[in-house]
Amino acid sequence: MTRMSNYNIRPKDLTDQEFFYGHKACAGCGATIAVRLALKVLGERTFSVLPANCMSAVSFIYPQMAFATNAMIAPFPATGAMLSGVAAGAKALGLKDFQTVGFAGDGGTADIGFQALSGAIDRGDDILYICYDNEAYMNTGIQKSGLTPYGTKTTTSPAGENLPGSVKHKKNMFEIVAAHGIAYAATASIGYPNDFLRKLNKAKSVRGPVYLHILASCPTGWGSKTELSVELAKDAVDSGLWYLAEYENDEFKLNVNPKEFASVENYLSKQGRFKHLKEEDINVIIEHRDKKWEKMRKTWL
Amino acid sequence: MRPKVRAYKRPDKISDYPSTPAFESGHLVSKNAGWRTFKPVVDPEKCVGCLRCYLVCPDGVISRTEDNKVEIDYDFCKGCGICAHECKLDAITMKKEADEDE
Amino acid sequence: MSKNLKFVSGDEAVALGVRLARPHVISAYPITPQTIVVERLADFVEDGSLKAEFMHVESEHSAMAAAMGVSAVGARAFTATSSQGLLHMAECVHYASGARFPIVMMNANRSIAVPWSIYGDQRDSLGLLDSGWIQVYVEDAQEALDMIIQAYKIAEHPEVSTPFMVNLDGFVLTHTYEPIELPDQKVVDDFLPMYQTANKMSFEEPKSLCFSTSPADNQEFKYMQHKAMERSIHIIHEVEAEFEQAFGRSYHGLTESYRCEDAEAVLMTLGSVTGTVRTVVDELRSEGHKVGLCKIRYMRPFPKKEVSELGKMVSKVGVLEKNVSFGYEGTVFTNVNSVFSSLDTNVKSKNYVGGLGGRDITKDDIRAIFMDLLNNESFTERVEFIGMGCDTNE
Repeated sequence: MTRMSNYNIRPKDLTDQEFFYGHKACAGCGATIAVRLALKVLGERTFSVLPANCMSAVSFIYPQMAFATNAMIAPFPATGAMLSGVAAGAKALGLKDFQTVGFAGDGGTADIGFQALSGAIDRGDDILYICYDNEAYMNTGIQKSGLTPYGTKTTTSPAGENLPGSVKHKKNMFEIVAAHGIAYAATASIGYPNDFLRKLNKAKSVRGPVYLHILASCPTGWGSKTELSVELAKDAVDSGLWYLAEYENDEFKLNVNPKEFASVENYLSKQGRFKHLKEEDINVIIEHRDKKWEKMRKTWL
Repeated sequence: MRPKVRAYKRPDKISDYPSTPAFESGHLVSKNAGWRTFKPVVDPEKCVGCLRCYLVCPDGVISRTEDNKVEIDYDFCKGCGICAHECKLDAITMKKEADEDE
Repeated sequence: MSKNLKFVSGDEAVALGVRLARPHVISAYPITPQTIVVERLADFVEDGSLKAEFMHVESEHSAMAAAMGVSAVGARAFTATSSQGLLHMAECVHYASGARFPIVMMNANRSIAVPWSIYGDQRDSLGLLDSGWIQVYVEDAQEALDMIIQAYKIAEHPEVSTPFMVNLDGFVLTHTYEPIELPDQKVVDDFLPMYQTANKMSFEEPKSLCFSTSPADNQEFKYMQHKAMERSIHIIHEVEAEFEQAFGRSYHGLTESYRCEDAEAVLMTLGSVTGTVRTVVDELRSEGHKVGLCKIRYMRPFPKKEVSELGKMVSKVGVLEKNVSFGYEGTVFTNVNSVFSSLDTNVKSKNYVGGLGGRDITKDDIRAIFMDLLNNESFTERVEFIGMGCDTNE
């Protein structure tokens, strides 16, 4: 399919070991799928660093430790830096054959953790940074982040007479990260788990900084049924509101290019956070999507 | 292969605590079974072992059996229903907890 | 063995001390007047005389976060900062002590904006007195170097496991050249073995670090942190005795008393102003005045025992500090008085606040302080700003 297809992993090739188990995340949590699969690919010899976010809040509650591998919580802004420190310390001690991975949410990546992430990429540290993007500050109760899409109702971007919810489109983290000249970056979705596995496997083999940005639904914050978490993350890609792409050697590559987009309205209507949207708001979303895809199709194929 | 729930006794003395905020990874003391309203039940006749459910389970409670089917660790399943919804063969159905014996 | 003498600045002495302590990773962000420390360390890494990873972090917050990552795998970390930088990393400063990572940090004491000033006072580190770090304030370049080496040994002691801040007065100490004796690497290696800890992530025993607790367990960890700081007092004494044996230099524990035995008035100091006070004490003694000096070396753990002994021995104590908690008094003074308040004696104390934003504290200022202490039986004014450049209209 692509020049990187040799990194494919079949589900049956994954280890039987569960390295992220017994956590207290909400039922149907999309982010936990991302963390669980990442650890299965990265394996036992992995150091995980998580800022204060949902994933750490549900898995380090003494005496219940849901990470079966080495893991630690970082200060909220510091994922990139602490991750780098772990990698540097392990390298200086002469440790071999290990992975260092960070799991930060959208706010922990695009907002408060942005500077430390930029620094880590700029240094060229041998780290993997995974942004699980559920499009708002879910741990604190669904507040708007820099990755909250246009028209999203959150507790700090209420929808009402005067505002359609969030009035900004998502910050373009993938391209901002790529602009650092990073070794490898990719977007993913928990709705396309096989694609995510391949990208993780690829990331594992890359020396230097790697950034994976995975869309991960949140039933609690999105106001969606728990069983729809994977479907919604797939719908987002199929409707063109999210995209699967890679960046390497100064080149972007679009992995999935739908001939025809699935219905945006259908995607939005399954989620409480978009229930209030009027036709004109949906048109803003669609226009923004079309502009983005026009550019991607021109240069990323 | 998953961490198992272990007996845990709350510390009586300060020296029973870890001396720094660091603890054994994979140390589990409580289950999540009580969270469920519905539980997923696998029909082995319909299951072809595609492992889609195993892949997308947020809690990692689905595992492969030797005969290439799947089984569920109900101690940690929260009953989200993703497995049943994602199964293309309808081999998993969500059953109300109280009705499980029917 | 011949002594290896060098003529270096305080910052360079710190860098030399760090090289001798062999950290695995240095993560630091430049800020005046700390910069020379990290510049020299970068030179050492470049020329191969220090085998360490040098991380160019993009902020002080990241400097400390990276150092914590290093410590979390059981490696030795060093960083250095000053003033605004220390405040910028404040979240991580508390985090490191809570996580019980024995990181060593040099802080160049510098004023806090606003008004901006790159010059020295001690409001930066004293503002983080409650952050759970051991805090030592050194008087000269030799003590700075020696304390970096001692710092690792104390911080990494399993009973302590607490980060350690070595404070040097900005410019007055960081940029002043003095002769120092450079310890022999082999002696340092024997004195300071490699860091060993169970408080780390490893593949042999995978761990989850920096966890959270419910209210049912949280206070116990804070209690342990408190006890570790208390225990560090006897480890400090132990390490200093061992240091004296290995290197032939001693700094007299948590405080150093100078000519206090029969003194009527003693001035307590923090940091480099001690040298000037020492000179004035000698002058006043030669003039027949019974005055003494008590240099506070450690602010945390606080020298309760030593301050208490001083309070029993003398009737008047002044506390000179480059710091004030606005609207109240200097923090050093508050700490000293809390010890005095538990004594049955009638020791009188007064706070002298000066040197803010890098203003010189002169011999005349110090002489005036001693005269104030000697000539008054009690003090109506509890806090006095010394060395004001103009009338205060009061």
